[in-house]
Amino acid sequence: MNLLLKGGRVVDPSRKKDAVESLLIENGKIIQSRKELPRTGKANRKENATGLEVLDLRGMILVPGLIDMHTHLREPGFEFRETIASGSGAAVAGGFTSVACMPNTNPVNDNRSVTEFIRRKAAESSLANVYPIAAISLKSEGEILSEFWDLKDAGAVGFSDDGKPVVNAALMRRALEYASSLNMPVISHCEDRSLSSGGVMHEGFVSTEIGLPGIPGIAEEVMVARDLLLAEFTGAPLHIAHVSTAGSVRLIREAKTRGVRVSAETAPHYFSLTDEALRTFDTAMKVYPPLRGEEDRIAVREGLRDGTIDVIASDHAPHARTDKEVEFHFAASGITGLETSLALSLRLVLEGILSLSELIEKMTIHPARILRIPKGTLADGADADITVIDPEREWIVDRGLFRSRGKNSPFHNWPLKGKAVLTIVGGCIRYRDF
Amino acid sequence: MKLNRKDILGIQELSVEEINLILETADSFIEVSTREIKKVPTLRGKTVINLFYEASTRTRTSFEIAAKRLSADTINISASTSSVVKGETLIDTAKNLEAMNPDIIVIRHSAAGAPHMLAAILRQSIINAGDGAHEHPTQALLDMMTIRSRKGTISGLKVAIVGDIAHSRVARSNIHGLTKMGASVCVAGPATMIPLDIEKMGIVAHTRVEEAIRDADIVMVLRIQTEREKQNIFPSLREYAQYFSLNRRNIGLARKDVLIMHPGPMNRGVEISSDLADGPHSIILNQVTNGVAVRMALLYLLTGGAS
Amino acid sequence: MKNKKIVMDAEGIDRSLTRIAYEILEKNKGVEDLVLVGIRTGGVFLAERLRRKISGIEGKEVPLGILDITLYRDDLQTSHPKPRLGKTDIPFSLDKKKVVLIDDVLFTGRTIRAAMDALIDFGRPMLIQLAVLIDRGHRELPIRADFVGKNLPSSLWEAVSVILTEKKGSDEVVIEIR
Repeated sequence: MNLLLKGGRVVDPSRKKDAVESLLIENGKIIQSRKELPRTGKANRKENATGLEVLDLRGMILVPGLIDMHTHLREPGFEFRETIASGSGAAVAGGFTSVACMPNTNPVNDNRSVTEFIRRKAAESSLANVYPIAAISLKSEGEILSEFWDLKDAGAVGFSDDGKPVVNAALMRRALEYASSLNMPVISHCEDRSLSSGGVMHEGFVSTEIGLPGIPGIAEEVMVARDLLLAEFTGAPLHIAHVSTAGSVRLIREAKTRGVRVSAETAPHYFSLTDEALRTFDTAMKVYPPLRGEEDRIAVREGLRDGTIDVIASDHAPHARTDKEVEFHFAASGITGLETSLALSLRLVLEGILSLSELIEKMTIHPARILRIPKGTLADGADADITVIDPEREWIVDRGLFRSRGKNSPFHNWPLKGKAVLTIVGGCIRYRDF
Repeated sequence: MKLNRKDILGIQELSVEEINLILETADSFIEVSTREIKKVPTLRGKTVINLFYEASTRTRTSFEIAAKRLSADTINISASTSSVVKGETLIDTAKNLEAMNPDIIVIRHSAAGAPHMLAAILRQSIINAGDGAHEHPTQALLDMMTIRSRKGTISGLKVAIVGDIAHSRVARSNIHGLTKMGASVCVAGPATMIPLDIEKMGIVAHTRVEEAIRDADIVMVLRIQTEREKQNIFPSLREYAQYFSLNRRNIGLARKDVLIMHPGPMNRGVEISSDLADGPHSIILNQVTNGVAVRMALLYLLTGGAS
Repeated sequence: MKNKKIVMDAEGIDRSLTRIAYEILEKNKGVEDLVLVGIRTGGVFLAERLRRKISGIEGKEVPLGILDITLYRDDLQTSHPKPRLGKTDIPFSLDKKKVVLIDDVLFTGRTIRAAMDALIDFGRPMLIQLAVLIDRGHRELPIRADFVGKNLPSSLWEAVSVILTEKKGSDEVVIEIR
């Protein structure tokens, strides 16, 4: 089936485009995009003959299919939390046409067979594009490098031991060097466990008052600093995952100024919430890195504004009820994020932190470039991955309606504005809400 | 003034009026424990569950005696450290207890916030008997009751809290309570035991015991958890006892009529020297006596009607 | 419009208390083993006045206790928030004593029931007698006063209050429509 998307405002940072234009999709590709509709009689007859579906998208915003480069789809191993099918469903419902999934499954994605399994499961569910990120080290134990070449051939798009830091600096150095020769990014989960261990929330006045053990900002920053030095030394591309502190933003900004090949991401909860939210002991607020102080939240927003932080990724971490309905100490860390990420990020536009184009950049072409995947553009001939956003749609987050199996959202009952209403993956409508 | 709340989770959320009401009610309960027949029929037919996820002989006994003197039925549940160990969520545990229709659940837990979790989902009254390093409201209330009965008032007193402030729920609850009641509070301990931004709670923090206890009306000594030694919170018990304990040498800095308090159980010779603990300034056993009265007051004020 | 009527003035109250004091002494043949217990809050000041009168007559002090019956009330199970608890102060043994319970108004009898339960927890009195300033009727329990200042037939929707100078400016007993 072919599609003609008429009358919407197309925002495509990859082509520096922000204009009303129509998109024609044939055989899963964008075959033309221009201001005027195909008006000739000939073209119209062709449309009728092929059953072209025409969608009037006046008032809507069309952007390249959104990419979430940091998700946990939990399969294999933790299907009670999420499956590749349910996670892909959550992705398209949230407006994401492509997601990268972290390797902390069971077994860990540290070998070709797991990577291939993930790709096969994703193909079977045929919702979003799923790009596996493979483990840096076997079982993510930080000891032995996994087979980067073989994993790349199997379809991995990056390497990370996410969920755990790479404690051994020499291993991190080797990973950066080796990945660099493959033109693949290493994604670092920056945490010094000797500083964070035992902590369950940000260390600050709130942790002092409510008596929960704290995780200081420096637990992240010490490791960010180390990895930036290693990236500078090796010249290899480094991507810093889930930046949460003012100190990390400052370190990355300085490194970028020095020309270090570093990119960085943050998640919507770090620019939407602070540790004040922990006062209710709601385990939905428990996440790693933890929700930080107000000065950190402001710094993360500033980092997004000035380009220090390249990417917004949800760090989608679905959990089962039983993981969260326990004492705060023992509750699992993580926020289910795919279905709220876009609307929370759009608040940055409403608040004047980012232009719409800058925001879309951080959710499309930037992650595509970091992962070196041919996505994030609406150029002629590109895969027809398109997200249609209704910027005026007001809705209330209801975790009960999530397509993700994880209902662990701190944003339950939040009123939000702006929503993906149509998600097209490879020319096929995978989600429609209008 | 009436206490119109379902739960007692912390001192932070109590108003001065509520604290006064609880202390005055507790004062009235003191007499019951001095009778030949130490029992009144007030809570006949009520059931109090003491759900203790953390060992505590003193607090549990105090709650149990308080409930029994009010004629309530009490059940003690000593659970392992967490519901997780049993493979059951805390919510499931709570709902099972609720199904047995108790009237009050007293909970002690090593995890901060556990009582709040129960309070949010159960219709029963929840009393926090200590949650992690968060709050221990009944301890602070009994401390305030003891101070008030000895000094007549709390307002204007200088109170020094000495010890591991970072890991102490007793310190937090007392800071909330004593500052609300108009005392000036300072804390002291090794820098590793003074949590970040504690002064924002309206107090002064010192890293020398001597600075804190100078001219103090009250010195409250906290128990040192000896296992903290292993976490490099302090080098050794020996060093702690020498430099951070309350002893005959430094007590002279406090006011002549200083009162010495300790929430128990004491490590004699570590945080407090034995002679001070037993000396004329010590009101440690009065604290224990008042503990029963405070807990009777709370059980009395919280129980009742399906209103 | 409030319908308020003074049914006893200061002199009336004083005369009643004087008479009750004599009656107590007469019935108990003096002050030996006699103790007075005022019920909080209305009975406390009356008990103190009776004590003064008795010592004025006999020249001997009679022990006086204060009893708060809140913890013995039969309506606690359903009340929340709870009524304010007052102090009980009976600094002597009740064993083998002649106890005169004192309250301001005798109405349903439930307060006196609670007071007797409380007294018995303090020991085993030889006997318990009851003195009240006003008996307004409407008993719900088989209880009767030994000494009554004034019988005041009332209807259920009337409120009877004893006002004393110790708390307010004047001594009077007032009846009003609620």
